This record gives sequence, structure tokens and C-alpha cells, in this order.
Amino acid sequence: MTKHFFGDTTVLLGRSLRHITRSMDTIITTTIMPIAFLLLFVYVFGGAIKTGTSYVNYLLPGILLITVASGIAYTAFRLFLDMKSGIFERFQSMPIARSSVLWAHVLTSLVANLISLVVVVLVALLMGFHSGAGVAAWLAVAGILILFTLALTWLAVIPGLTAKTPDGASAFSYPLIFLPFISSAFVPTDTMPGPVRVFAENQPVTSIVNAIRDLFTQQPVGTDIWIALGWCVGLLVVAYVFAMNTYRRKIA
Amino acid sequence: MTANKIRGPVIHVQGLEKSYKELQVLRGVDFDVARGSIFALLGSNGAGKTTVVKILSTLLKADAGTASVHGFDVATHPAEVRESISLTGQFAAVDEILSGRENLVLVARLRHLKDPDKIADHLLARFSLTGAGARKVSTYSGGMRRRLDIAMSLIGDPPVIFLDEPTTGLDPQARIEVWQAVKELATNGTTVLLTTQYLDEAEQLADRIAILHEGRILVHGTLAELKQLLPPAQVEYVEKQPTLEDVFLTLVGANSKDATSARTSKEHR
Repeated sequence: MTKHFFGDTTVLLGRSLRHITRSMDTIITTTIMPIAFLLLFVYVFGGAIKTGTSYVNYLLPGILLITVASGIAYTAFRLFLDMKSGIFERFQSMPIARSSVLWAHVLTSLVANLISLVVVVLVALLMGFHSGAGVAAWLAVAGILILFTLALTWLAVIPGLTAKTPDGASAFSYPLIFLPFISSAFVPTDTMPGPVRVFAENQPVTSIVNAIRDLFTQQPVGTDIWIALGWCVGLLVVAYVFAMNTYRRKIA
Repeated sequence: MTANKIRGPVIHVQGLEKSYKELQVLRGVDFDVARGSIFALLGSNGAGKTTVVKILSTLLKADAGTASVHGFDVATHPAEVRESISLTGQFAAVDEILSGRENLVLVARLRHLKDPDKIADHLLARFSLTGAGARKVSTYSGGMRRRLDIAMSLIGDPPVIFLDEPTTGLDPQARIEVWQAVKELATNGTTVLLTTQYLDEAEQLADRIAILHEGRILVHGTLAELKQLLPPAQVEYVEKQPTLEDVFLTLVGANSKDATSARTSKEHR
């Protein structure tokens, strides 16, 4: 069964990538909200927020995480459609490596989110974002974002497989989109009252945002990057195990 | 698969049981399907037809009983079973965003066949879809979708094909198109197991018919055999054989007004 894993995954990946290139509107839709936040916070609220640096530079890392959180809603939605339409069962009744159906969706999610991230970064550049980061730092940022996307994608697989309605498939992403608001993504955490500040400083978004921000501004990344990687890998492993269990129960 | 060129039934089902939590859907289903025949599993909605098909196509595991397809046990050799079958599910499982041709090429690639393009062109021609081959499937009519769906099932020439309610939701014209396609399959030696809630469909297509009701096979035989289960017509003026509809409704205990009035009006007793 596994002898065809890579071939089957490639064929199925080609299929879902075609879905993306034929409905570019989903990419645009997923980037609208993060770009709107970017515009709103830079040009409306940003003037009043003291971060000690240009606000678009401060804000971009958090916006990138919001982009991924909004993008994976579509991952769950695409999987849900395949489940509902019966094409998932067709694939499962064929002599293919069964897990390749899931992996194709995961890799498609990665590609779609990377396209969205590039779009958002381009908009930020137009708005005056600048970074003196070298190739290595950019690659490190890309690596963190890829890990983060993979972790959230495996999380998205669970509602994609189990949801009863399209809304149910994508609703899980709303709390993820708003998690950055209670973190260092939009404002420094030191002005927040006690319990909120404790939550903000110890939730994954803050360490990931701080690590990316330090890489962009060529600051030493300190322990933040290890905490960030710990969160990403931890979430990835837990989400993967739960998603695979759900998948095995679904396909008998 | 060469080791399994055995004679005898190509599908063998014995004592199949399946429950979804409290609900017992199958309560011991037995039947055999002969090689190269069309076998219809007839039953109302919720009788358990789809559950039987899902177990036979390795999508579900039975709670009890055994089932084998093309000589392979579905529980112990699912991979070999999947090599031998094709499933056409209850709703046309086609990719709406791809074109008809791309759908066929996709399945041919997943079945690891040589020359997927040639296979796709050949099947488009066979199912009168050549003109529509390059169009997105979302623009197809219901009948075209079903034809494409069945064409996808034929790729790789699997010896056994499962058709789960192939004409549900289709208009009469599209139904006839699908019937035509199914009949052609059987003449080429493929074994077809189809489920249906339409009595005329079973009557039209099937060599043998099994009536599934409340999780059990009530009767099982050719159309002529099933007809003999009821006393022959004894009407004084016009002699009329019971139709399959009479057999079915008597066996499962019809309770709808339409069916009762239809039976009384025929006055066959």
C-alpha cells in the first residue's frame, strides 16, 4: 500500500492545487481580513500606539499569524466538501495509499497559505514595511511560519473530517484569529492589567510574534524563538495525533 | 489476483451484522452474486443497502459475519479487494471544479495505469461525453454527471462494480441512459451489484434480486422465482400475474395508502 504513497500524494496534490488556481477568490478572501486589520491598525489606531518603532514593522508578524489562522478555515472547508461530495469515499475505495488523501490536503493548505502570506507581505511593503534582515533571518521567519501553518493545518483537519455543516467546518478558526489580539501582536503587553498580561505573555502567539519581530529587526532572538518553536512543534504533534486518530475512525 | 480465478460466487456474504450505536442496521445478511451477473439489492430507504455496499467496498467494518469479493475477505485483505472493485456511491462522486476529462485522468493515475489520456478519451467517447470533456463538471446535467461517475468506475476494468442507487434523483431520460450503461457493463463480463429503491429498475436490469428489509434478506432469486412466491392470478375475467411491486409490497408489509389502493384495484385475489 505504501509503495504508491508519494505518487498518489502527488496526483492528489495536483488535483487540489488546481482547485486553488481555479478559484483564486479563496486566496483573496483569506487575505482580505488580515490586510484590513493591517490598514485599520496602521492608519487609524497605530498613531496612538507607542511601540518605539514604525507601527507597520511592529504589526506585521501578528498579521502574518492572523493570515494563517484565516487561511486554514479554507483547509477545513475543502476537506469538508470532499467528505460530503462522496469523492473522499471514492478515493478510499480505490487501491491507493489511503493517507495520501489527507496529505494532499495538508500540502495544499501549506501552498495556499504561503501564497496568502506573500500577498500580505507585499501589501505591507507597499505600506512602508522595511526590514534589514538578511537571507538567513528571512528563511528563519519562513521556517517558523511553515511550522505554524502545518500545526494549524493538522488542527483544521479534525473539524474538516467531523463537521456536519460548512459553518461548523470553519467556525473553529474564529478563536484562533482573535488570539493575537490578547498578545504582543498589536500592542506591547506591559500596559495590560495583571491576569490579562499573564495570559498574553504566556500564550503561543506572543512568543512566535516576538521571535519573528526580533528576526525582522535583527535583534538577538533570545529564548523567545525556542519557546515559539516548542509551541509550534508541540501543537503540530498533538494536532497530528488527534487528526490521524479521527481519520482512522472515519475510514474504518 | 491470478491465484483467485476460482469458480463460484464472486461476492459471498454470510451473516453480516452492523449496528450504529443503538441502531441495528444489518441483522444477519446472506447472499451470493454469480460472476458476470447483475444483482439488485432492493429495499426502502434505511433498509441497510448502503451499509452493505460500504462493507463490501472496505469503507466500513462489519460487527459480525464474513464477506468476500473476488475471492478476498474484505476484513483481512482490504487492499486486494480495493484492487478488484469500483464504487459508485449514492451521490455522483465527481470533482466539480475539474473538467470531465481531468476527472477520468485523475482516476486513471490513481489506479497507476499507463496512458491516462488515452483511457480518458476512450471513455468520454463511450459515454457520449466527448463534446463536454473539456468543460467543468459543475456545468453538467445530472445524467451527464452520473455517466461520468460510472465511466470513472470503469477505469482499470475492475471485475466487480458497486452502484449505490445509481438513478436516485435523475430524470426519466437520464435513468434510461444509466440503465443502458449498466446493461453494457454486464455484457462485457463485469459483475454488477446495484442497490435501488425503484422496483422497475431491479426488474429492468437485474438477473437476480434480493429484497433487503429491516436488516435481513427477505427473499432472493430471479424475477420469475420471486413472482412465484405469490399465488398466481385467479381473477375470473382477466388473468394477471403479480408484478414485482406486488411481491415487494406484500413481503415488506405495505402501509401507505397508495400501495394499498393500488393492490385492491388490481383485485388479484
